[in-house]
Amino acid sequence: MSKLLDMQNISKSFPGVKALSNVSLDLHHGEVLALVGENGAGKSTLMKILTGIYEKDDGEVFLEGQKINVTSTKHAQELGISIIHQELNLMKDLSIAENIFIGREPRGLLNFFIKDQELHNKTRELFKRLSLDLNGKTKVKDLTVAKQQMVEIAKALSFDSKILIMDEPTTALTDAEIDVLFDIIANLKANGVGIIYISHRMDELKRISDRITIMRDGEYIATLNTKETEMSKVIQLMVGRELYIESKPTVSDSNRETVLELKNVSTNTNLKDISFELKKGEILGFAGLMGAGRTEVANAIFGVDKIRSGEIILQGKKVQITSPSRAVKQGIGYLSEDRKHLGLVVDMDVKTNIVMSSINDYQTLGFVNDQNIAKISEEYVERLKVKTPSINQQIKFLSGGNQQKVVIAKWLLRDCDILIFDEPTRGIDVGAKGEIYKLLDELAEKGKSIIMISSELPEVLRMSHRIVVMSEGRITGILNSEEANQEKIMELATAYREG
Amino acid sequence: MKADTIDQITVTKKKNKGIPSNTLQQVLAFSSLVVLVIFFSFASSSFMQWSNIVGILLSTAVIGILALGATFVIITGGIDLSVGTVMTLSSVITGIIIVNSDLPIIVGVVGGILTGALCGLLCGLAITKLKIPPFVATLAMMMIAKGLALVISKAAPIYFTDKPMFTKIALGSIIPGISIPNAVIIFFVLGIIAAIILSKTILGRFNLAIGSNEDATKLSGVNVDYWKMTIYTLAGAFTGIAGVLMASRLNSAQPALGQGYELEAIAAVVIGGTSLSGGKGTIIGTIIGALIMSVLTNGLRVLSIPQEWQTVVVGFVIILAVYMDILRRGKG
Repeated sequence: MSKLLDMQNISKSFPGVKALSNVSLDLHHGEVLALVGENGAGKSTLMKILTGIYEKDDGEVFLEGQKINVTSTKHAQELGISIIHQELNLMKDLSIAENIFIGREPRGLLNFFIKDQELHNKTRELFKRLSLDLNGKTKVKDLTVAKQQMVEIAKALSFDSKILIMDEPTTALTDAEIDVLFDIIANLKANGVGIIYISHRMDELKRISDRITIMRDGEYIATLNTKETEMSKVIQLMVGRELYIESKPTVSDSNRETVLELKNVSTNTNLKDISFELKKGEILGFAGLMGAGRTEVANAIFGVDKIRSGEIILQGKKVQITSPSRAVKQGIGYLSEDRKHLGLVVDMDVKTNIVMSSINDYQTLGFVNDQNIAKISEEYVERLKVKTPSINQQIKFLSGGNQQKVVIAKWLLRDCDILIFDEPTRGIDVGAKGEIYKLLDELAEKGKSIIMISSELPEVLRMSHRIVVMSEGRITGILNSEEANQEKIMELATAYREG
Repeated sequence: MKADTIDQITVTKKKNKGIPSNTLQQVLAFSSLVVLVIFFSFASSSFMQWSNIVGILLSTAVIGILALGATFVIITGGIDLSVGTVMTLSSVITGIIIVNSDLPIIVGVVGGILTGALCGLLCGLAITKLKIPPFVATLAMMMIAKGLALVISKAAPIYFTDKPMFTKIALGSIIPGISIPNAVIIFFVLGIIAAIILSKTILGRFNLAIGSNEDATKLSGVNVDYWKMTIYTLAGAFTGIAGVLMASRLNSAQPALGQGYELEAIAAVVIGGTSLSGGKGTIIGTIIGALIMSVLTNGLRVLSIPQEWQTVVVGFVIILAVYMDILRRGKG
C-alpha cells in the first residue's frame, strides 16, 4: 500500500533550542496514527511544520509520493491537510456557520457579497453528514467549550481532507461526545482519510489508533503497532531514561505541623475536589501533563481564581483568600512560571525588584528610603549568591537562574512561609538549575514550606518529599518519594477520570 | 449514530438567552435616543420645530459619516485618530482643485474622496507592513494631514463663492417639496451601504472575524493584512466624503478646522455599542450613537446651557454608555 504521508528526517531549531532533530513519521490511507510524547517532545512543532505554520530547517515531506513544501495554512488546506488545534481557534463573536466557512464563503455578486442562505445550507448538510445537533446560526461564544470543540472538528472535516490532525481533541469533551467523535473517526477511516491523533490518554490511544509513534526530546523514538503493544511499554518509551534518582525521605512524621490544607476545593477553572496537606519544611511536588490543573491550584491558593466550594485552612485557621495581595499578607508567595511578565520588572534594577513587594517598609511619607533598600538588597544578593555586577544592574541583563534568585529574594524579604514555585527552572541552564535546587533545599530545611509545580519529572523526583499527581483537574494520586518513579507518575498523570 | 448519544448532547447544550445581545444593544441605544428627544421636547418648545430638527440632522451628517468609517476600523480592534484632520485635508484638496485650478466640481469631489482613501491606505500599510500599532500610525497621519492641509492652503481658507453649485451638494435638496438637505440624505444612504457591507459581504465578515480573533482568522487562510488595508482605505474614503460635505456646507475649505472631530466620531461609535476591543459592532448602533450626540448638544444649547457644559455632559454620557455595555456583557 502506498504511503499517504511520509515525513523524513525533519529538523527544526528555534533560537537557542533544537526543537526537532531528524524526526520521521509516515501515515497510510485509512489509518489512525497516534503521536505521543511528554510535554515539549516536539509533537506540536512537527504538526505545525506539516500544516505550514512553521518552516522546517531540514528534511523532506511526501504526500502520496509527491514531494511537497507546505508554505502556509491555506496551502496546507489546499493540499488536503487540516488540523484541529489544541487551543481553540475560533472567532467567538461570529456564528458557527460563519466560523466553519470563514474564507470559503459561497459568494454571489461581484464575488464580494456572501450568499448567506447557501452558507447555512452547506452548514446544515455538513452537520447532517456528521450527525451533529448544532444550529449554524448560534454565536460561538454562546456555546460550551465542548460544543466549541465540536465546531473546530466540524470545521476541519468540512475541508474534505486527506489528512486530519487532531491535537488533544477530547480534552474538553464528555464521554458521550467522545463516542460521537470516535464514530466520526471510524467513518473517516473507512473513507480512506489518514488521521494523526495526538493525545496523552492511553485508554483512548488503545481504542482508536492503529499505530503509535513515540517522540522524546525532539527525537523520533519508535513506532509500534497498537494491538501488539502494552501501554506501559509506550509510557516507558515516552519517559525514556530509566534514571535512578536519589529521593528524599518523606516528611510525614506526625509531629510536623500542617501549615496549609485544602479540603475539597473546586473552582470554575476546572479544579475538582482538590484536597491535600502541606507540612512545615516540606517540598510538595506537583506533577501532571499540560492542562492538568496544577497552575490552577496555585491560582486558587493565591487568590487569583475564585473558589466555588471547599475550604483552605492556613496554620489551622480557615481563611478566605480573595486576592493576591491578601495571599501575600498571609505569608504566601507565588513564583510564576512566566518570570519575565509576572515575576519581575525586567527593565528595573535588582534592588528595586527585591523590595518590590515590601516597598511599604522602605518608605517614609511616600519617599523611598534608598539607603535601606541598598543595604537590604546587598544582604540578599549575598545570601542567595545572585551573580550580578551590582544591585543597580537591570534585571534583563541577568541570566535566568539569577533572575529566579531575585524573585526568591523578593518573597523571602516579604517573610513568606509558603512559597509556590511554578516551573522554577524553566529557561534556566543546567548548571544554574543545581543552584536553584540547593536553594530550595535550604529553604525547606529552614522551615519554609514549598509547593513546586514542575513538568520535568526528574526534577519533581529529585526535589520533592511527596508528589501530588494531577490529571484533568483532579488529584489522581499522592506519592511518597520512596514509592515514586517516572512510570508511576505518568500512569497517574494519564489516568482518565479516575474516582 | 446512536440516537441516545444525540439526545445527551442536546441536553448539555447551553440554553439560548432570549434576545440576541446585538439586538438588545440597539434597543437600548434607540430607547435612550427616544427618551432624550421626549425630554428635550418637553423642556423646550423650540426643540421640536422643523428647522431645529433639520439642524440636528445636518450637524449629525459629517460626524456620522466619519463615525461610519470609524466603525469598521474599531471593529478590527484598531483605532483611527486621523479622521479629523484627513477630513480637513480632503476639503482643502477639493478647494484647490475646484477654486484654484478651476476644474469641474466633480473632479474636486472625486479628488477629495480619493485623498481620504489614500490617507487610509497609507495608515493601513503602516499598520500591516511596518507593524506600527494603529494608535501610533493614525496619530502620525493626523499630524501629517494637519500639516499638509495648512501647507497646501497656505494656511488660508479657500472660498467657493464663485462656484454656487458646490454648496448645493450638502445644502441643496434633491427631494422636491421636503426641505431635507442633501448632506442628511447622503449620510443615511451611506449608512445603508455601510450596513450592507458589514453584514452581507466578505469584507464585513472578515472585518468581524479579524476583530474577534485575528490569529484564528489568519490560521483559517484569510489574508488578514490585505483586508485590514482595505478596511482602513474604506474608512478613509468615508472621511473624504465627509471632507467634501464639510467644505460644501461651510462654502469654504477651512484648513484649521477638523481636529477633535475624530474623538467625536469615536465617541459616537462607542455610544452605539461597538466594542473598542473589536469583534462586535453595528452600523445602526453608530447612527443612533451619532444622533444621540447631536441631540444632546443641540438640546442643551436650546436649553441655553453653555457650550463648555455641553462637552462635560457628553463626557459623562460616554462613561454611562460604555458602563451599560460592560454591565450587559457581565450578565450575558
